[in-house]
Amino acid sequence: MENEKDILEVRNLQVNFKTYAGDVKAIRNVSFDLRKGETLAIVGESGSGKSVTTRTIMGLNARNADITSGSIMYKDQDLLKKTDQEMESIRGQDIAEIFQDPMTSLDPTMRIGKQIAEPLMVHKGMKKEKALAQALEMMKLVGITDAENRINDYPHQFSGGMRQRIVIAIALINYPEILIADEPTTALDVTIQAQILNLMKELQDKISTSIIFITHDLGVVAGMADRVAVMYAGKIVEYGTVDEIFYNPKHPYTWGLLSSMPTLDSSGDELPSIPGTPPDLLDPPAGDAFAARNAYALKIDTEQEPPFFKVSDTHYAATWLLHPDAPKVTPPEQIVARQKKYAAMQKDLVAKQRPSVPVEEQEEQQ
Amino acid sequence: MAKYLAKRIFYLILTLFIVITVTFFLMKLLPGTPLTNQAKLSKSQIALIYEQYGLDKPVWQQYLLYLAGAVRGNFGTSFQFSDQPVSYLLSSRIGPSLQIGLQAMIFGVILGIIVGAFGAMKQNTWVDTTATIVSILGISIPSFVLAVLLQYYLGLKLGWFPIAEWGGFIYTVLPTLALGATPLAESARFVRTEMVDVLSSDYIELAKAKGLSRTGVIYHHALRNSLIPLITIVGPLAVNIMTGSMVVENIFSIPGIGEQFVKSVLTNDYPTIMGLTIIYSFMLCVVLLITDILYGIVDPRIRITGKAN
Repeated sequence: MENEKDILEVRNLQVNFKTYAGDVKAIRNVSFDLRKGETLAIVGESGSGKSVTTRTIMGLNARNADITSGSIMYKDQDLLKKTDQEMESIRGQDIAEIFQDPMTSLDPTMRIGKQIAEPLMVHKGMKKEKALAQALEMMKLVGITDAENRINDYPHQFSGGMRQRIVIAIALINYPEILIADEPTTALDVTIQAQILNLMKELQDKISTSIIFITHDLGVVAGMADRVAVMYAGKIVEYGTVDEIFYNPKHPYTWGLLSSMPTLDSSGDELPSIPGTPPDLLDPPAGDAFAARNAYALKIDTEQEPPFFKVSDTHYAATWLLHPDAPKVTPPEQIVARQKKYAAMQKDLVAKQRPSVPVEEQEEQQ
Repeated sequence: MAKYLAKRIFYLILTLFIVITVTFFLMKLLPGTPLTNQAKLSKSQIALIYEQYGLDKPVWQQYLLYLAGAVRGNFGTSFQFSDQPVSYLLSSRIGPSLQIGLQAMIFGVILGIIVGAFGAMKQNTWVDTTATIVSILGISIPSFVLAVLLQYYLGLKLGWFPIAEWGGFIYTVLPTLALGATPLAESARFVRTEMVDVLSSDYIELAKAKGLSRTGVIYHHALRNSLIPLITIVGPLAVNIMTGSMVVENIFSIPGIGEQFVKSVLTNDYPTIMGLTIIYSFMLCVVLLITDILYGIVDPRIRITGKAN
């Protein structure tokens, strides 16, 4: 996984939350890389640890959070070893964040121009006038019409979609290396969602930032991400390129997630869902945390934690099903269909690029 | 804005009119007259005085006469003191009351904000607990009890402050403390709750994500937003101080309008009671008006623009 172009390397991260009931093991040994210029989507249901992961990167965890092990390397420095003050100079400068709900993430009593200009004044020591001039440019860049007249308006004078544009402007004003987007479109109308996602992609090209995109919406992932990491119960259970995750998933949890996503050609009248609820992270179960909800669970799943098995150079999954000795199982119908589509796509692709090379590898996977 | 002010001033006058009316008739329901305990006067003398002051007329006539006078700025002459017009009597006494009231308000609210803000910033630590205890005590101990305690301990036992006298600033310290305890406690409790709320809000998270320091976050974002709702309780707090001052002024022998009010009610000094009622209602209305205007200034969401839409 080591790579020259990695901008962020998270290794063996473990985060517990101290509560009266005991330690909640929110992040259990998570490792991932973020490459320069890419969009990495972290997908998972509520409580899987997506947000805690990004909060830990930002150094903004709640006071009862306890980072028991791991490292987060950014530009050869471990963010976890930084003091509060050092983290302050990284936040909003090198790493910025977009939050979920634009209706509540802007200060209701501060003019939006000043809110956008604030990171410039804090990090670059810029004078207010100059910072406001740059804020104005940024407002135009994120598509706020009539920016000259609106720079002195307050958040309540904007619609939800416009507010999220402002939040994006705040995050990008210092051209951060890394942008963390924590479900940035969840609180928006579907039509506005598409606009915001397009804007983010457009701006990513313009200012060449890497994005960590947190979401539970797989539909959004397909359009945004280069690579996807699937999280479950505080762990990453599968990661790969967006095509690999969507068309050749290996972990039963990913199967469940993908099957429960409605598609245009989904047949039958009931949308499949994953039965049960995620485990209590106060006392995580031994073995694979997903075993209890997993129709394909093996005996070993309840006893030993599965390691990552390599599927391809970019695709790994933590499930015993990939062990050479594991019984062959047939994934749900929908997944099989996806895999077939993927194989066909790969064949096409390879046929176009290298017509002479045979394509036996993809065939095997079915 | 001008239109809004004009409307508010109209309501203020309307309020004063209603207060005058209600108080006038209530006051007449009080047992006795100003001359009830005057044993030295004969019946005919009393009748003569009644006639002189118009007290022999039916109550509704007296009411109309009073209104007619009040509109022209004539609030009558005090019955307690010879030849003292009410307006003169009260204007000479309002100074000490305003001084004590304002001092108590400023001291209480500012200290309350500090105590409340620290309580919220150090949530669930000993600082927070202390702040909470201070506010519970301040709210539950009536100002007159505190006044007596302060007099006894700080005045009599320790001798730090003079008591039952009126002179310079040093004489105002104890009454200010006694009266300021309630606004202190109320605003501390209020600010703490608001601040805890604000500190856990998304925009504070965003401010931190921008890289603002802890003090920067508090100063630029948290404080203003948690102080806005405080303005709503400034009005009631002012009322609290005004009513509290009546008893506290008596305890500390402050020559203010509160002390005068108590005396006047006890002696059925009708014109003075009416005059004081008008002053109190007027101050209260003005405080509420200022509160509303202030609210608009600090919170852009409810700014009074004067535009039709």
